[in-house]
Amino acid sequence: MLIIEDLQVELAGRILLKDIDLEIRPGDTHVLFGPNGSGKTSLLMTIMGYPQYIVKKGRITFKGTDITHAPLNERAALGIGMSYQRPPTINGLKTRQMIDICAKRKVDAGEMARSLNFEDFLDRDVNAGFSGGEIKRSELLQLTAQNPDLMLFDEPESGVDIENMALIGTTIARILEKETPKGGKNAKPFVQQRSERTKMGLIITHTGYILDYVPADKGQVLLNGVLACTGNPREIFQCIGQLGYEECVKCTI
Amino acid sequence: MYDLKELERKARQAIDRKATFGDDVDLDSFDRSFVPHTYLAEEEICSIPQEEQQRLLMSGLDVTGTGRGGTYFQKDTSVVHCHSNEEGIEVMPVTEALKKHDWVKEYFWKLVPVDQDKYTASAFLDLHDGYVIRALPGSKSIYPIQACLYIDKENLQQNVHNLIIAEEGSELHIITGCATSPHMKRGVHVGISEFFVKKGARLSFTMIHNWAEEMSVRPRSVARVEEGGVFINNYICMKPVRSIQMYPTTHLVGDDATAMFYSVIVGTPGSHLDIGGRIYLKNRGCRAEIVQRSISNGAHIINRGHLIGEAPDIKAHLECKGLLLKGGIIDSIPQLEGHVEGVDMSHEAAVGKVAQEEINYLMSRGITEEEATSTIVRGFLSVDIKGLPVPLREEIDRAIDRSDKDAI
Repeated sequence: MLIIEDLQVELAGRILLKDIDLEIRPGDTHVLFGPNGSGKTSLLMTIMGYPQYIVKKGRITFKGTDITHAPLNERAALGIGMSYQRPPTINGLKTRQMIDICAKRKVDAGEMARSLNFEDFLDRDVNAGFSGGEIKRSELLQLTAQNPDLMLFDEPESGVDIENMALIGTTIARILEKETPKGGKNAKPFVQQRSERTKMGLIITHTGYILDYVPADKGQVLLNGVLACTGNPREIFQCIGQLGYEECVKCTI
Repeated sequence: MYDLKELERKARQAIDRKATFGDDVDLDSFDRSFVPHTYLAEEEICSIPQEEQQRLLMSGLDVTGTGRGGTYFQKDTSVVHCHSNEEGIEVMPVTEALKKHDWVKEYFWKLVPVDQDKYTASAFLDLHDGYVIRALPGSKSIYPIQACLYIDKENLQQNVHNLIIAEEGSELHIITGCATSPHMKRGVHVGISEFFVKKGARLSFTMIHNWAEEMSVRPRSVARVEEGGVFINNYICMKPVRSIQMYPTTHLVGDDATAMFYSVIVGTPGSHLDIGGRIYLKNRGCRAEIVQRSISNGAHIINRGHLIGEAPDIKAHLECKGLLLKGGIIDSIPQLEGHVEGVDMSHEAAVGKVAQEEINYLMSRGITEEEATSTIVRGFLSVDIKGLPVPLREEIDRAIDRSDKDAI
């Protein structure tokens, strides 16, 4: 479980996030809405542990451990992982090697890449000259290898063409254990399958496309550094679409 | 024309001529006299001390000859081993070759001016030896010929002259190591190398330097590439050295000739490395690429790159990247010279530190800051060199791997 209490975060002397309370239970996936510059990425970077995001107040607890000031790699070791929107290029490091780093062992990267249709990129330097969609597939591949318990997705749809959207969407649903429960004679009851899910997700989306693939449990709107409302993700998305962020937030307060 | 008298006259005139770049080395304080060493047969060469074998291996010389097409091994001033296993490839000591074969004279001092500076002059006047490696027309070798210029005697000035000839349509790969014995501290190495890549031939030349802390090194090399020829020149230097100054130059004289220079340099405190690369593109369709990667751990590194486009439809690129890890200076000086319309020339140069953003990205995948840094540095050093046979490619990777720990 991820618990964020009364969080206040500063970047380069400016307060970006304040009064943030958030709780993600095992098996739950939340969707984060908000206009550009509202602090969505900052929240994800703060949870991941980027040192330039300074926590001035409040606490982040993950699996019962206070990680408010833990370095990035310790959070990764505890089971937090992130899919970035614009990750840096690592020259000379092959994507194949990066997959091994993520998995902490030698893995069959080819096998893993197949489902993401990404085999041809394994011998290319990490993110070097990748298009927006290729970056997203590379990030998902790394996350699959890392297999963390809490996954942070920063706009997984941005730059992805229609054709690849389904691939991205179903992959995220799969690694977050949000696929439709298995049917058939020998399958466990749906309720049990659902209750056995442990993966947690926090997804930033602008377009809402991801909601077509991932049945999210909760939606939240971040506006001017404050988490303004919580509710059914579809309903919130619809409200934003019709009334805009400002109005939507007003109607729920 | 091979005119010894004329060469000698020019050399004598240049004996005090300082080089354009690099610290001036007082050659008079070094010993150039001959050091006799016994010639070793193939089986004897394997019995040299383990420690020495290790030094040699670091420079690419495998005494067992495994995966090699031939060997030239010079210790101090004497040739201790020389042979070729490959049909169509000749390996000879240069002094012997000059006596035995008239054709060798056609290549001797044809590209490097004997009066360029005091080092070239000295290499002519007090030549010890060196190798001639020649691939006969149409011959192809996958296994590289290995050559090693080894210095064992303290305070020696080793003067070497190498001629490398890839005849028409041939393919030749050479891995050459320069090293000093473990006890050795101070010395000078002057190496003249002249490369002739004939029509449609491919030549790769990989040089690995493993010197001692008080060594001064002044290689002087020039290549000439004819129509459709390809010359790949790799240079790796990751060990302490006092000073190296070199500016290897290639003339692409035929249509569609190609030259690629790749260098990987790690400089330690007290080292002064002035490493250049110059390629003249003199005909249509010529291609040139220079890639330089340098890491300073407290050294003074100067990277010079100079591309000269003299014909239309040429394409040339220079990439020069430096990482300052533990102080020092990296001075990157890229230069592009276009002489006619229709040239396509570019360069990118960067000097900096390991980007924190990259370290953080890797740390978020679960590795420590130190592991992340070394992963990035290793990536920085792993240059993608095109056109090398797999065994040689692996050899270079191993050389970088072996030195990797020192770099970080």
